[in-house]
Amino acid sequence: MQIPHEYGAHEARLPEPVDPNMINAPIPLGTRLDLYRLQQQMRQFEKRAYDLFLQNLVKGTSHLSIGMEAIAAGVGQAMRADDYTFATYRGHAHTLARGVPMGPVLAELLGRSNGLLAGKGGSMHLTSVERGVMGSYAIIGAQLCIACGSAWSAQFRGTDQITVAFMGDGATNIGAFHEALNFAAVFRLPVVFVCENNLYMEYTSIFDVTAVEHPAADRASAYGLDRIVVDGNDADAVYMAASSAISKARQGGGPSLIEATTYRHGGHSRADPGKYRPDGEVAAWLDRDPIPMYHQRLLTLGVSEADLDQVQRDVADEVEAATVFAKGGAPPQADTALTDVWADGGSSWRN
Amino acid sequence: MAELTYREAIAYGIAQELRRDPTVFIFGEDIAGAGGVFKSTVGLLEEFGPKRVIDTPISEQAILGAAMGAAMTGLRPIAEIMFSDFLAVCWDMVVNEIAKIRYMTNGQVSVPLVIRTGNGGGSRFGAQHSQSVENWAMAVPGLKVVAPSTPADVVGLLAASVRDDNPVLFFEHKSLFATKGEVPSGELVDTLGTAKVVRHGKDCTIVALALMVPRAIAAAEVLAGRGIEATVIDLRCLVPLDTQTILSSVSETGHLFTVEENPRLCGWGAEVVSIVAEECFWALDGPSIRITTPHVPLPSADVLEDAVIPSVERIVNVVAKSLDA
Repeated sequence: MQIPHEYGAHEARLPEPVDPNMINAPIPLGTRLDLYRLQQQMRQFEKRAYDLFLQNLVKGTSHLSIGMEAIAAGVGQAMRADDYTFATYRGHAHTLARGVPMGPVLAELLGRSNGLLAGKGGSMHLTSVERGVMGSYAIIGAQLCIACGSAWSAQFRGTDQITVAFMGDGATNIGAFHEALNFAAVFRLPVVFVCENNLYMEYTSIFDVTAVEHPAADRASAYGLDRIVVDGNDADAVYMAASSAISKARQGGGPSLIEATTYRHGGHSRADPGKYRPDGEVAAWLDRDPIPMYHQRLLTLGVSEADLDQVQRDVADEVEAATVFAKGGAPPQADTALTDVWADGGSSWRN
Repeated sequence: MAELTYREAIAYGIAQELRRDPTVFIFGEDIAGAGGVFKSTVGLLEEFGPKRVIDTPISEQAILGAAMGAAMTGLRPIAEIMFSDFLAVCWDMVVNEIAKIRYMTNGQVSVPLVIRTGNGGGSRFGAQHSQSVENWAMAVPGLKVVAPSTPADVVGLLAASVRDDNPVLFFEHKSLFATKGEVPSGELVDTLGTAKVVRHGKDCTIVALALMVPRAIAAAEVLAGRGIEATVIDLRCLVPLDTQTILSSVSETGHLFTVEENPRLCGWGAEVVSIVAEECFWALDGPSIRITTPHVPLPSADVLEDAVIPSVERIVNVVAKSLDA
């Protein structure tokens, strides 16, 4: 009997080279500077979150997206302020991409009363309705179905708001993914599904457990959708693909499914050193880090090193201020554990 | 005042809400063109059109996910899950998503939606289309749980559910669809979390839900012939639970019986008995007794199904034996 896969024995998946034409994409320089700043915010925020884990200030679990910033940045930049985002449990970057301030996000990771959710949600459930972040979801694939609802609602109410739902590659093998894709296609919903394919579901290579090469894009045709694969480590490529899908959705053209190929520099969660990855793979992807590449591109486009340094320093200050804000937050009062089960603010189950 | 069947009352109640509030819409499998597999949504598509009355694919997770997303963004969806057994297919949406999103987001999000579903046995449909699963829902913080027993309650409680800002699981009993009752004319809106005393008697309190209510009433009539006067309470909602009506009745009668269609373990009556034991123990004159379906899946054959779901005869016998009459 032939065993189709041996655990951990998969070949290294190396990144494709950067598309040399992407520098010529029709993206205004101001937008590119915004994309650079967003990626810096996400990277520096996640690094600080990691430092705070090491100081045992972040309890529980947390899932970082270091190395994957270009996707959240590119998609977030292409959205309008009144659009909806449905994020995953690896959702710090999805949330920051909508302009949610870092301080309350970091405070939420620390479980403080000044956290985005006053300590009741935590890292995996970041939400800011004010900024269109309609929740971060920790049961794989559920958010894809829920995103159909906000898209349906926008269509029903006659607004031209669109919805973006993020997922990991692992989500493409769960039933909710297929139900959501069909549902969105049947009702022509204004929703853009974005698969962040970082090559590993949790600890297992996605290729070892998926019938097709591209877990999202190769399923698109089953729902009458175009096959879209983009370089998820190039913010310009993501921005272009997202802008096009969003514009289609806004104009009534229905859903899109974008697969963005990327790599997480760390493990699945704080508990995972990521040792299941073959030799050479991590190093090759570190060489394709989206941020130094984008830095270089902006220099080529004539932005000065001094200006980019200034962005980095501004973001560092922002992270520092967020840290002070978060650490300064009081722990939540115990009685708040009994609030907001119901719309009346309480938790009583009896009359 | 009109006499409606329970089945007609469902469509009547939904239509009342669709007419009143343009943000209400209804969707599910076969509910539009076909008028529902139980014919409980007949005429809605014709009156309200395909924007508000929508047939979906067989995709229970997408149905409830879509309901949730719509409810979070300004609409008041009514979603149908054809048989309550199918809730197991989309239980993630109910339990992990819909029930928890308000709490997890520190109250940023409201989910004003209703999940209607055909519940209960008596139709000889076998183990996967007959369950009474209201106790599953009762176990999850964040869900309101409603199970009407009469056409008037269907209309009034449905209206209250649609207008509630919380998610409501609305259990329609399949074996009550053909029953008839008077429905008052004009707008009918009831209150969630209010039980009804449907028969007064000084000797014992029988608490029942949905199909068990008419059986408890019939049993009480038989018991009256044997000198036992029973109070019968139609619970109507499990969450919020009207403990006041139960406690005040048991305080008067001193004897509590629950009649539950759900299987024995962790049925809703266990909670009722526990509350009574904690809060009015000294009023009790005897053990509190639960009359339930035994802890088995439901069989298909009529003889077998009738043997397990509490019957009028079983209620009479258990109550009479316990009260030594």
